[in-house]
Parts: sequence; C-alpha cells; structure tokens
Amino acid sequence: MKQGIFTIISNECIAKDVYRMELEGDTSAVSAPGQFVNIQLDGFYLRRPISICDYDESCLTLIYKKVGEGTERMSLMSKGEKLDLLTGLGNGYDTSASGEKPLLIGGGVGVPPLYNLCKSLIAEGKTPTVILGYNTSDEVFYQKEFKELGAEVFVTTVDGSLGTKGFVTDVMKKLDYTYFYTCGPMPMFHAIEKTAVTSGQFSFEERMGCGFGACMGCSCKTKYGSKRICKDGPVLEREEIIW
Amino acid sequence: MVDMKSNEINTKVSLCGWELDNPVIPASGTFGYGYEFAELYDINCLGTFSFKGTTLEPRFGNSTPRIAECTSGMINSVGLQNPGVRAVIDNELPKLKKCFNKKVIANVSGFSVSEYAKTCALLDECEQVGILEVNVSCPNVHNGGMSFGTSCESAAEVTRAVKKVTTKPVFIKLSPNVTDIASIAKACEDAGADGISLINTLLGMRIDLKTKKPVIANKMGGFSGSAIFPVALSMVYRVHAAVSIPIIGMGGVSSAKDVLEMMLAGATAVQIGAANLVNPFVCRDIIEELPKQMQKYGIKNLKEIIGGAHNG
Repeated sequence: MKQGIFTIISNECIAKDVYRMELEGDTSAVSAPGQFVNIQLDGFYLRRPISICDYDESCLTLIYKKVGEGTERMSLMSKGEKLDLLTGLGNGYDTSASGEKPLLIGGGVGVPPLYNLCKSLIAEGKTPTVILGYNTSDEVFYQKEFKELGAEVFVTTVDGSLGTKGFVTDVMKKLDYTYFYTCGPMPMFHAIEKTAVTSGQFSFEERMGCGFGACMGCSCKTKYGSKRICKDGPVLEREEIIW
Repeated sequence: MVDMKSNEINTKVSLCGWELDNPVIPASGTFGYGYEFAELYDINCLGTFSFKGTTLEPRFGNSTPRIAECTSGMINSVGLQNPGVRAVIDNELPKLKKCFNKKVIANVSGFSVSEYAKTCALLDECEQVGILEVNVSCPNVHNGGMSFGTSCESAAEVTRAVKKVTTKPVFIKLSPNVTDIASIAKACEDAGADGISLINTLLGMRIDLKTKKPVIANKMGGFSGSAIFPVALSMVYRVHAAVSIPIIGMGGVSSAKDVLEMMLAGATAVQIGAANLVNPFVCRDIIEELPKQMQKYGIKNLKEIIGGAHNG
C-alpha cells in the first residue's frame, strides 16, 4: 500500500450516473487487476473505495457511479485538481487459475475491474469471453473498449433495450468456459453461483472503514475463517464463500 | 514564539514507571496487532500501542454493515472481533515481536467478571505486555462490555478481579455513555486501578434515507472521530480532577495540537483511534509534528504540562 497525491487528467460522464476519471501519479503499489484505491475527499471523514479499471506506470483509470454525496462530489471535480489516494489495496484477481477460455461477468458498476483483468488475461495468451449486464441501454458502458482488447463481448439488459434481454446468467448458461471471474451486485452473484459449472472468483463490495485491514469493519465469514473484504479480498474464490 | 532549541525539547512521558519516548499511542481497534502497520512505517517510533480488544474466546463480531460515516467522524459496530487470547499469545504477539521492540498495551474485554480475570491472567504471563487496558465500555456487544462500565460497583468489581491476577499496571477504559464518568473513575481508583483510559466511543446511529432503515446492521454503534474531541477533552479534564492515578486520554485526537490539549486537560499519554483509519501514517506524522508544536507553544518538557489547564 502507498499513499500518494494524484492529479486528475480527465473526469467525464460515460453513461447514466457513471463517470470515468483518469489520474496521474505513482501507481507502483498496484500489483493486480481487481485491486482498489481509497480516495480522500474534502468534507468527508472516510475515504471512498473505488475499484481500478485500468492502470499503467503513471496513470490510473477509475469508473464510478454517482450513488451518494461522496461520489457526487467526485463527479464535479475537474482536470488539474488533486486527490489523496491510498493505492495497491486488496488482493485482486488471480489470473493463474483461468485456464484457456475464462469467462468475465460484470454487472453495472461491477464491470470496471474486469477491464484490466481482461487485458492481463489476453496478454497471457488466453481467450476471455465477456458478459456485461445492465438494467437498460442508458447504463451501458465499455462494450466497445472490451471488444477493442480482442475479447468476445455479450451485453445483456433487463429491459431488452440493448443486447440480450434478461440477465448475465441467460448468456452464461449457453457458453463454454474454463473458469470465471465476476464483479457486481449480490443478486447477480447468487444467480451465477447457481449457474456456474466451473470454479471462479467473486469480487465483493462492503462498507469499509479504513480499506487496508485495520478496523475489521468489512469482515465476512468464509469456509476458511473470517476474512476482511478490504485486505484478504475483495476477491474470494467460489469454494470458500458461504452463501 | 518562545526562543527554544529543538534539542532541548523532551517528549518523554512515564506511565506507572514505564517511560515512553512520546505520549502517542494508536488506540485499540484501529491498529490491529501492529505488525500490518509495520509494513507502512517503522512502528518503533510510537510511544507504544494498544492492541485489538481481546476476549477469552474467539469472536467473529457483529453482522455487516459495521461502518457508517458521520460529519467529522464515523460509527463502528465491529463487536470485538478477535481470535481469542490464546491465539493472540501464540500467533499475534510473536509476529509483533519481529517488528516492535517495545512493550505493548493489551486491551481486554469480557462478558463476565471471571472472563476478564482469566484473560488478564493469561496476558500477565506475556513479557511483551506492559499494561493491561481493561475495556468496560464497548458499546457494541450485548450483555457485556459497556454494562460493566456504567456503574461504580461493577466497574470496581472488574478492577478488583483483574488486580488479583496480575502484577502489571491495570488501566480501566471507561465509557462516556454514563451520567458521571468521574465517579466511576474514582470507584476504579479506590478498587486498585493503576490508571484510567478514556473515552471509548459515544453511542450513535445513522439512518439511510433511501431504505429508511439504520445504516448499521446492529442499528447503533460507537461514534468516534474528530467530532468527539471536545467531549473527550471535557471528560479527561473532569476525571483528572477526581483521581490521582495517570490517565490515557483519547477520543477524536487527530493532530499534535490535540495531543497537547489532551495533556493539558490531564492526560499523561494520548491514544489516537479513528484518525488511523483515514490516514494510516497519522501517528508517525503526529510524532514528527509534536516537537514543532511544543516549540511553538513554549513547551520544553511534555511531562510538565500534564493537567496544566487545571492550574490557576
């Protein structure tokens, strides 16, 4: 984990209430796709944990949804403003377990951390397939970006306004895959747990105090004892999760 | 600005004969068992620290959500999650020993008087433990914790039971959720306590306007953070006037200036809690800042300002 000051390069709305923020700073603590950063915001006591969508040596891309006062504040920030970030938080996804044809399943703002994961898997010579699930076409983002990485991409919307009408599992059950990685809301996780035919990894969300393992605010029970979502997670393996 | 050289500044304080390099102590529940913070900075710069509240048996704690944000603070309802005292002694303290060469404050909680005594008896054997800090003030567990700290009689009973099983100094950590904290502190002193730690968190809650339900699964939790500093300061001030044993002051302390205020109110040492969760480097930063603030306010020897606000 590192603490650093980052400068906003861009901050734009890319779908309904969804924003993409690019930040420049020291990214050396980021070591795996699926990790997150914890952002200090003026006027708010606790930091905001946001998953990393993509990163390179000097730049972080975050995609976040405006859901409360903190993320609303973030959405109003502009290029050149500075933010205090804790980086390199969480375990992230383990790409070594993926097999040749991993399936990546994102629901809503669970989609962003899968982007760098997809990039990493392709760089390792694997052939990922991606399912992106949204409620309606207004909310859809990053369909094109995943395709540009070279992945096969399926989009589902609950109302059928774009892609397959229904849920990510409607597509999932028709596909062959060697392993799966997912991030999204709990109802989607439950449906995936019922549908999946392989092992996989789930990235969880929880209200956090510190984001780096000190406060025990985000503990959950697993088959192998209690784990902290922020430090021992946010990614848990299918086999250890108690549903 | 008082003319004073920085090498004349003395930050040392003494808790029951244990001399600390400085009064800055991360508070229980915000610093784990220490070794994880050692990955961030050399924690030997700390006065010492108070480890995660430990009980006789392992505890998972409360359901999540356990955290809610407030203006200038936060609510937690962790519920004393810990691996149990035996695992702490066998696993956590040896890990700590590799990165921390000072003694530590052992924070202990319990659900009965005998449980407090058993846990303290086990920790009494540990050379690494300098002080036992007995928490009779956790607001997050039912039928235990805080209930012992809300009356003079039960706080004194826990104090007596613990004193019987240890030769280490015993500090009783008190709750602010009482009508008269000074009388409870006095009862602990009369029962043999070697010092008082205060304050634990204030009982608080938040309600989510979207769901119209409490944010925290346990409905209420302990409110901490810079918002509670003035409350904590007034209670330390009142307890200092009521007892003659040393006080470890805490509650919303976030800066070197806050440390000085706490000491002027009557604290011999000062714990920093919630601020660690926002800035994991805050204790190191406060320790670096403390001599500068002492110089600015003409304080040469920190020991001399303890309770200074009571004079005149």
